Amino acid sequence: MARDFRIVGAGDASLLLEFAPRIDPAISRRVIAAAGALRAARPVGIRDIAIAYRSLAVYFDPLAIEADRLTALLEAAAEAPAAAEDEIRPPIVIPVRYGGAHGPDLPAVAAFGGCAEEEVVRRHAARTYRVYMLGFVPGFAYMGETDPRIAAPRRAVPRSRVPAGSVAIAGGQTGIYPSETPGGWQLVGRTDVTPFDPAREDPCLFRPGDRVRFQPIDGADPEASS
Amino acid sequence: MSALVVVRPGLLTTIQDRGRWGHQSDGVAVAGPMDEYSHRLANLLVGNPEEAAALEITLLGPEIVCEGGQILAVCGMEIGLTLNGRTVPAHTPFAAPDGATLKFGARRRGARGCLAVAGGIDVPAVLGSRATHLVSRMGPLGGRALTAGDRLVVGRPAGAPARGVSGPALSLPDGGARLRVLPGPQEDRFTARALQTLRSARYVVSSRSNRMGYLLDGPALEHAGSADILSDPTAFGAIQVPASGQPILLMADRQTTGGYPKVATVISADLPLAGQLAPGDWIEFEICAREEAIAALAQQDAALRGIRPARPSGPPA
Repeated sequence: MARDFRIVGAGDASLLLEFAPRIDPAISRRVIAAAGALRAARPVGIRDIAIAYRSLAVYFDPLAIEADRLTALLEAAAEAPAAAEDEIRPPIVIPVRYGGAHGPDLPAVAAFGGCAEEEVVRRHAARTYRVYMLGFVPGFAYMGETDPRIAAPRRAVPRSRVPAGSVAIAGGQTGIYPSETPGGWQLVGRTDVTPFDPAREDPCLFRPGDRVRFQPIDGADPEASS
Repeated sequence: MSALVVVRPGLLTTIQDRGRWGHQSDGVAVAGPMDEYSHRLANLLVGNPEEAAALEITLLGPEIVCEGGQILAVCGMEIGLTLNGRTVPAHTPFAAPDGATLKFGARRRGARGCLAVAGGIDVPAVLGSRATHLVSRMGPLGGRALTAGDRLVVGRPAGAPARGVSGPALSLPDGGARLRVLPGPQEDRFTARALQTLRSARYVVSSRSNRMGYLLDGPALEHAGSADILSDPTAFGAIQVPASGQPILLMADRQTTGGYPKVATVISADLPLAGQLAPGDWIEFEICAREEAIAALAQQDAALRGIRPARPSGPPA
């Protein structure tokens, strides 16, 4: 059977396992399964594993483990079966106050979709999203895919400050800003949920493979930012 | 109990250990020293484990009062160093008496130094590490650089310093450096001419450079197709190239993932040298074989092993 992945070196201290270059739940499941298999094997000399849309990097100490040996382990991990649906965690529901001061770009997304703001909210909240990866800042989960009608691209000019908890859209992706940072995504709402807290036993709320739903709740006046 | 009291913080002084490893899948950047070799060496010289927390100094060093007295060592960049006004040598442990003032003077070569103290800097770990990541504000002191008035408690020394030993100092840049690289991981996204340019051109570290990465000025590297890729993991030393063609050398505080193709990656043994570059310095890239990269790393590690001081018997730290 033809292999549907490749393993390449990235410098002398990391290996990259790559599947086909597209955003695809089936590919994402393979990446997550490979990471799990590698972690279970616990070879000496591994420093970290990073998960992305269609690839996984394993960072290692080249003096503690040879690249050839790690490649063999990675090949085996790449064939690991993906988790069955019932092994995956139940969907995480995120309450969101949409629009107004909480979602200053909701009008722009509505204009993009040629629909009312209420329709944007309805369409955003109607889907169950998949977490593909975390990156950018701790706890920022890249979720997909948004309804094409509301898949407005990133703002031409990013904001220098996006409030923590902002719920945002950029094309086919949606996500939550875990902390105040610069950001170019379209802000449609705000949540009080904290995607990342290093003091928590599980600091990161989201894991790759998680399913997420957004639930509109009533917003009163915008809260003072924390 | 002793402490290092910051009178003047210097240009950019941060607490670092060997980095916040193990959480990149959560989007947590590794941070850690720009010159990890000098960090390890300074710690070994004062009798610490290599991963103890120490101070990374950038270009302009701090002024520090040694409250309670300590054993210290400075490694990395060549910079003037005085204790109570008297010159102190680098790359060797020295004793600071209670109340002594440590000052850094003119920088001669290199860009970053490590000031290690016997016992390490005793601050709480975040996600298992005392490294500081400024952009995400993670780490000791709320994830910020040192400021005047900071009082850094020093831990209890675990081992004896390397008395009378001078450490094997890292060779520092002389206006610039040749950095060895392995091609990829996305060298197939570039034209043959781009790869030729990479190995023959001279780049300059621009002023738009920091702990996250160095923007390099020089000949553009041409993509064979789109400059955008699906975000994928980014290693320390990766040379990523956006649509502009201007390479970015990713450094200690890089984000965990990125959406630009990476034409080549600096070898681990040359990352400390890269960490000693300042804006205005030149870089030339040289493609080497994997075997040479591993051999160079083994040689560095052997040099550090040679410095391991005698420890009191007992389990390793």
